[in-house]
Amino acid sequence: MADVVIDQVEKTFFDQENKTSFTVFNDISTDIKSGEFVSLLGPSGCGKSTLLNIIAGLDQPTSGTITANGKKVTAPGPDRGVVFQESALMPWLTVLDNVMFGLKKQMKKEEAKERAKYFLKLVHLSKFINSYPHELSGGMKQRVSIARTLAFDPDILLMDEPFGALDEQTRSMLHKEVQYIWQETQKTVVFVTHNIRESILLSDRIVLMGTRPGRIVEIFDVPLERPRKPSSDEFGELEEKIQQKLAKEIEKVMREEMGDDYNSKKGALLYHSDRDMGSNI
Amino acid sequence: MLFFIILIAIWEAIYRLNLSYEFFSVTAFPSPINSVTELYIGFFETGILTEALFTSIQRLLVGFIIAVIIGSLLGLLLARSKIADETLGSLVIALQSIPSIVWLPIMLMLFGSGTLPIILIVTLGGTWVMTSNMRLGIKSVQPILIRAARTMGYKGSELIWHVMIPAAVPSFLSGTRLAWAFGWRALMAAELIGSGGLGRTLMDARDFYNMDLVIAIMIIIATIGLIMEFVIFDRIEKKVFARWGLS
Repeated sequence: MADVVIDQVEKTFFDQENKTSFTVFNDISTDIKSGEFVSLLGPSGCGKSTLLNIIAGLDQPTSGTITANGKKVTAPGPDRGVVFQESALMPWLTVLDNVMFGLKKQMKKEEAKERAKYFLKLVHLSKFINSYPHELSGGMKQRVSIARTLAFDPDILLMDEPFGALDEQTRSMLHKEVQYIWQETQKTVVFVTHNIRESILLSDRIVLMGTRPGRIVEIFDVPLERPRKPSSDEFGELEEKIQQKLAKEIEKVMREEMGDDYNSKKGALLYHSDRDMGSNI
Repeated sequence: MLFFIILIAIWEAIYRLNLSYEFFSVTAFPSPINSVTELYIGFFETGILTEALFTSIQRLLVGFIIAVIIGSLLGLLLARSKIADETLGSLVIALQSIPSIVWLPIMLMLFGSGTLPIILIVTLGGTWVMTSNMRLGIKSVQPILIRAARTMGYKGSELIWHVMIPAAVPSFLSGTRLAWAFGWRALMAAELIGSGGLGRTLMDARDFYNMDLVIAIMIIIATIGLIMEFVIFDRIEKKVFARWGLS
């Protein structure tokens, strides 16, 4: 029902003044099934966030189509909710009003208020409904943002590195909350991350993306039982497997950014010519 | 506080010395104590200062409100329309560099010497700074807020009303603060030349060699400026900036 079909999608940015163009990715095709939790994993610059924005309808693909719920995506719609990396809360509204921000368009004020309160309770923020965003911690803001998106009941939840800016403790707490919410609501989730562990912990499938040009390198199924433990052997094996694939892509990015100075094989320290002990005598 | 008391004491002392030694013309040198007396007379006996203050404040308020309305609308237009920004926008920048008081001769020729030209000078003093603050405020709304609102079904003018304008409130406030300050200065300059209000009364006091009254009026001007700047605008701004997470 709430599936996403990505069909040969390409995104190219054109620079009008310099008459140059930059292709983020081309020929991306994959299907996301209804109720599935899929991670888009990849190094920076692989276009995973761009792809998410196209699914959201915030950006247009240069070619190819994305179909969500059987309808072609051309603009943002209430069937797709986005949680951004920064919480993107309206600073002039209270927590409650922020959650009601999208709801007010769909229902009466009283109804919206009740619904907003329910979802704030779901993310354990009932105490803070009258606070303003600047009074909240990063993790709390992100929970408000999740509540705001869940409240208008999208079939598809798009999450763009939602926990990237949070500390480890807050993040693992939010992982639990997201898993709980996903199991309760059975929504389709597309989750962008650059954290392998996070993607194994949460998703049914991991779409590993590569860079220059952006493309799908491999798709991993995660057959592990929930709740997952990062300390288990299977978890570790999968992490290792993905790590190896990802390392090649990261090296490509690093080489491009740093030139020939970079060599991951030489060890953890940055390679420096003076470190060739004695060879210059 | 002590600093000001000492300063006034020194001033009064110089005034007294001047009475007997005449470094300056005695009529041209004001005394702080007599100035306070003039304040009392002007407000509670003759009422000339009450009337002048009332006239000035009225002009300022009218001019200021017009400046804020025009400035906000124009700023919004410049921020949203590229064509308007390239044409009207550069005109606004050019006009901004003209001190509004230099419009007075034309205004006096066009509208006579009543209240209207003075109000227009106040408006001109505040409009451009209001415009450029509003323009900047709308332009620098975080794109992610607009994107977030779009995913929740907001589009077109709804985005302007529910996201851009509220997000630009801090810039709007800075704009009004500057528009008030510019308008206040423009008003005084215009009234010195034009008619009525505190500025005219100040010139009249000079013509009668009543320097104490001149100082009395300057005290009024300073007091009003201080109250607006540090009591009213400062408080509102602090509150708003904190809520918008800018402090």
